[in-house]
Amino acid sequence: MEQLYGIFLYGVFLLTMGGIYAVLTLGLNIQWGFTGLFNAGVAGFFAIGAYTTAIVTSAASERHLGGFGLTPAAGMVAAMITSAIIAWGVGRICIRLRADYLAIATLGIAEIFRLVLKNEAWATNGPRGISLIPKPFEQYAEPWNHIGMLLLVFAVVVVLYVLLERARRSPWGRLMAAIRENEAAARAAGKNVERLRIEAFVLGSALMGLGGALMAHHIKFIEPNAAEPISATFLVWVMLVVGGSANNRGAVFGAILIWTIWSAAEILIARLPPEWAVKSAYLRIFLVGLALQFILQRYPDGIFRERRFRSAPSSSDREHPP
Amino acid sequence: MIEFLNFYLIPGLVLGSIYALGAIGVTLTFGILRFANFAHGETMTLGAFIALSLASFTGWHPFAVLPLAMALTALAVLGMDRLFFRPLRHGSTIILVIASFGLMLMVRSLVQLIWGAKLRSFNPGIQLPWVLFDSLRVFPKHVTIFCAALVLMLAVHLLLTRTRAGKAMRAMADSPDLARLTGIDTERVILTTWIVGAGLAAAAGVFLAYDTHVESQLGFKLLLPIFAAALLGGIGRPYGAMAGGLVIGLIEELSTYPWIGTEALVPPGYKTGVAFAIMVAILIWRPSGLFRGRVF
Repeated sequence: MEQLYGIFLYGVFLLTMGGIYAVLTLGLNIQWGFTGLFNAGVAGFFAIGAYTTAIVTSAASERHLGGFGLTPAAGMVAAMITSAIIAWGVGRICIRLRADYLAIATLGIAEIFRLVLKNEAWATNGPRGISLIPKPFEQYAEPWNHIGMLLLVFAVVVVLYVLLERARRSPWGRLMAAIRENEAAARAAGKNVERLRIEAFVLGSALMGLGGALMAHHIKFIEPNAAEPISATFLVWVMLVVGGSANNRGAVFGAILIWTIWSAAEILIARLPPEWAVKSAYLRIFLVGLALQFILQRYPDGIFRERRFRSAPSSSDREHPP
Repeated sequence: MIEFLNFYLIPGLVLGSIYALGAIGVTLTFGILRFANFAHGETMTLGAFIALSLASFTGWHPFAVLPLAMALTALAVLGMDRLFFRPLRHGSTIILVIASFGLMLMVRSLVQLIWGAKLRSFNPGIQLPWVLFDSLRVFPKHVTIFCAALVLMLAVHLLLTRTRAGKAMRAMADSPDLARLTGIDTERVILTTWIVGAGLAAAAGVFLAYDTHVESQLGFKLLLPIFAAALLGGIGRPYGAMAGGLVIGLIEELSTYPWIGTEALVPPGYKTGVAFAIMVAILIWRPSGLFRGRVF
């Protein structure tokens, strides 16, 4: 019984983390899936969100900025706003860059964020990070506090999913796909491509900030190297590519699937003798990388393919049923 | 003044020559294969660790095992191309960027798996600098690194100007369609590109490791300055990459010199940020780089 309860709590924890990754993957899906913007700095916007909420919600401390006494809900809104504002600034500068160049630029910008968070110790406590971040529902008894957090994350994912599905089908979403598929045509149709690309970048980054805020509240701790920035960015990319980019269902499914595999591997690793455990952690990244390569080569659409828009019925539709 | 030479200018030149070697590979793959190879940094790490193993196995100086380490690294990179890049070559190039991003993590985890994540070093013990003119201090290792880098750059120059393979590479970087029309075997050019890029990357990794230490993060720390150098020089321009590497290396080291007042101009914690800042600035205002490279 005791053991079953432990497994149950672990499952709740795992699903909560998977849901947080789903928020990040949905954010990347707006940028890469819908609009074709290659953001290699996911971890940077994640960190901005996490630090914003950590600073505005944690108790006053002489080690870092804090004591603003906001609730976690307000902290998450603040995290989204900060990420959005910074993404807007970055977007204004970088959004004209083509795919590869944007990837390099965003990777560099994420590194600059990390340097700032590490060096500006007066605000962030430097490499030691911020701890004791309040967690929603933590006043309730176990297991209700954990279940509460899971339901909160679940609700966030559902709301985002519904909103993003509506956005995808809206004229705005179709315009994003148009920019991704043929930018020149979208421009020729009189659309302000730069502005729309910035909108997608800002919206996606705001979701990454929200994901970071949820993670900060969930783990109650944040530091500049949290989860190793490159691995975190990489993991979100793998989730989106495996699930199927440009498909919101794929983004959520990919996040939960990859996170489950990732955590299952961790349980297996924990059972190994210590000298093997460290090595297996590296092997795990290697295998996830291999899985990504396999999907890229064999199933480039991912598990859930993009649902194309149906045009008005015509003779060609009958020949190729959708 | 003498402090400026000893602690800023000379290390800047050494670092710059290392960046230059790495940037040549990045600029050639970007120019010829049309994608930004994020795994290039890990090629350097791999080269450094292969040289470390060879050096400890044979007991020779790292520079003596360097040719073999370069060849083995090139072989490994050819294997990666065969497995992960070639199957994707005919689709959209952005997929190649994702693949290289994945490969970057794969190579790094493999290196950590084989060699562990501990710091290692080629030369235990402290080198004493040569003292010239009573105050100019030059470390022998810095001289050897700089000279070896110059020799390798000269070799690249000869390859590009005196051999058919080199001329074909330049032609492909300039215009792939035209190169194909004139009967250049593109697959062979791609092969040469990988070999040259990987060999130079291995050398850059060994040089940096010889100057500092060998660690699994070595390549990632080099990756962004090297992209910056390649972009500064202009994509597809090997000479631009050499110049860009030296410039980025110098700027990075000189940025911490107290130019104004007595404080470092850029706090040392932000030193690595300088290269990124330059890179972003180039991307925005002059994406063709100083040497008018291609913009894709």
